[in-house]
Amino acid sequence: MKTDHDIKSKLAQTGYLADEALGVALQLMLTLQRPLLLEGEAGVGKTETAKALASALGTQLIRLQCYEGLDATSTIYEWNYQKQLLAIRAREHDKVSASTIEKQIFSEDFLLRRPLLQAISQPESPVLLIDEIDRADEEFEAYLLEILSDFQITIPELGTIEAQSRPYVILTSNGTRELSDALRRRCLYSYVAFPDHQRELQILHMRMPGLEEVLADQIINFVQNLRKEDLEKKPGIAETLDWAAALGGLGIKSLSDDIDKVTASLICLLKTQSDLESIPREVVPRLAGKAA
Amino acid sequence: MSATASTPVTDRLIGFIDHLRANGFTVGPQESSQIADHLATHALAPLSRVRLEFKTMLTGDRDQWQRFDDLFEAYWQTTGRTRSSARQTYSPDIRKPHRQAPVWQQHLSPEDIRQNGETPQRETLGRENAEGEASGRLIAATHTVSQKTDLKHIVDPDEIRAAEELALKLARALRYRLSRRVKAAKKGNRIDLRRTIRTALPRGGEPIELFYRATPAKPVHIIVFLDVSGSMKHYSRFFLQFVKGLVCSWLHSDAFVFHTRLINVTDAVRDRNSARAMTRLALMAEGFGGGTKLGACLGVFNRQYARKMASSRTVALILSDGYDTGSPEDLASELTRLKRHVRRLIWLNPLLGWENYAPVTAAMQAARPHIDHFAAANTLESLAALEPQLAQL
Repeated sequence: MKTDHDIKSKLAQTGYLADEALGVALQLMLTLQRPLLLEGEAGVGKTETAKALASALGTQLIRLQCYEGLDATSTIYEWNYQKQLLAIRAREHDKVSASTIEKQIFSEDFLLRRPLLQAISQPESPVLLIDEIDRADEEFEAYLLEILSDFQITIPELGTIEAQSRPYVILTSNGTRELSDALRRRCLYSYVAFPDHQRELQILHMRMPGLEEVLADQIINFVQNLRKEDLEKKPGIAETLDWAAALGGLGIKSLSDDIDKVTASLICLLKTQSDLESIPREVVPRLAGKAA
Repeated sequence: MSATASTPVTDRLIGFIDHLRANGFTVGPQESSQIADHLATHALAPLSRVRLEFKTMLTGDRDQWQRFDDLFEAYWQTTGRTRSSARQTYSPDIRKPHRQAPVWQQHLSPEDIRQNGETPQRETLGRENAEGEASGRLIAATHTVSQKTDLKHIVDPDEIRAAEELALKLARALRYRLSRRVKAAKKGNRIDLRRTIRTALPRGGEPIELFYRATPAKPVHIIVFLDVSGSMKHYSRFFLQFVKGLVCSWLHSDAFVFHTRLINVTDAVRDRNSARAMTRLALMAEGFGGGTKLGACLGVFNRQYARKMASSRTVALILSDGYDTGSPEDLASELTRLKRHVRRLIWLNPLLGWENYAPVTAAMQAARPHIDHFAAANTLESLAALEPQLAQL
């Protein structure tokens, strides 16, 4: 039996540090073969989880980015109309019957596979990432339920296509819309919070090994303090890494060295005008000071 | 599903799942058997790990995720209190008289309280019939008059119902907006290649007959903010009914009441039992009848809810008289932020219909530039007049 340390250490090898809860959730997803719904604020690394899982398992990652108005032609399959038209034209003088042509042009060669169909027709289980499911509308959610429970897709011209292997499904949501209870019940659930001080420090060290101990510690303290402020958009892990890289680029050795430069570099962390205004130069030493 | 034998462990497990259900979790037999199977096939892990496993399998959203640990400890480590009413459920068959909360009473006429308080439906109907038989024409006459009476005089159940219907109509007027999903249609701006090619086959691939796809209408999303402060006291009963009409008829709408605080009342308003809904609302709107801090309340909305609720299809509807005790600057800046989140901002002001009333309060002055549509809402007529205007938004 595999323990969650297995999957956690495998993820760590690919450069992704999962916390205890996420490790258990991923392990359960693998053993129970049920979809996993990840919720949490933007920037806590939900999408990254799926990418890391795919490379840890050594399988393909198939990603479906959801948006409003997403429909079957862009998620499941579509016929290649240009190719079909060409094929019809090419056979115009061959004196073949219409039904023969029909059979030819509605075959697998003319099928454009979109992410969901791709995911169920892989010989090896891929990781299927359905990103920001809350952005898609209710109709799509209902359709997705069907696929997630049966793992088969029906194409009128070809018949039913059964899954060759069961994909590992990860759904992510930012909570812009309430998801239906039906979908929630089909899935395992995990809420991903911002990492605590220690784990974020580990992540920083893993991603930027050259960073000095003192500065790394200061950076994490600063960001953790910043998240406690009243902000519109709290900085995520990616922002922390960006900022650390920026500070490195500016040649800053300690946050208390050059307040002006540090303040200027905050554009890596704060992504709206009002957030930038709410952390003026005077506040920076306080946040950094708490850090020191 | 495997039939699991009854052992002390499974009994405890079933007890735990009952315990979760009693605390509002939706856990079906599928989840129960899954957990039982999981426990049976895997070696016993440390408690902290089992807790995380259960948490992943049994929770469904953030709220449950946060409450789970306490519930888990309460059950398995028996640190919790026993719920005296754990078995008590709300059955629709048993009609209990709903007590009107005291805070609510000043907003209802004594008649309303009696109606809602003891025998909700029957009495209303009985009275209606009696009047109808005796003086059928008179009702019609009073009805037309009442369309013009100020809403604060409306306590008649018929008119309250009319308010709800009106809300429905307004909702419908706002309803039809373009969506981005395409469907097959007779006329449209995109060609449906799939159907076109199929039908072109017998003609050697010549697309003689064209099929189209179009974007059908999709409902907009409404967020209602209802002022329940002291100055709005006379209107709040009517408007609550109006809000109830708006929210019930929509799949996608949210309601808030505000005075000095902002309270999300969507769930309470959705309650089918009107008397219970009103009682819940009354309890939620504690401090009802106090001052108004519109700016601060909208600020709370902007920070906590806007990102989740509002979209490019959202219409915000503010029902307030504009007597605000907060600073007008706050209000203006919060409205600016709100405008960024929503598509349209409508302000309905019951005082606007009064003679000699000019919207000169500092708050109203500050808010005017940000409002897309500003209208009176003191009579049923004035609300009805809104319908065509809202349809154009």
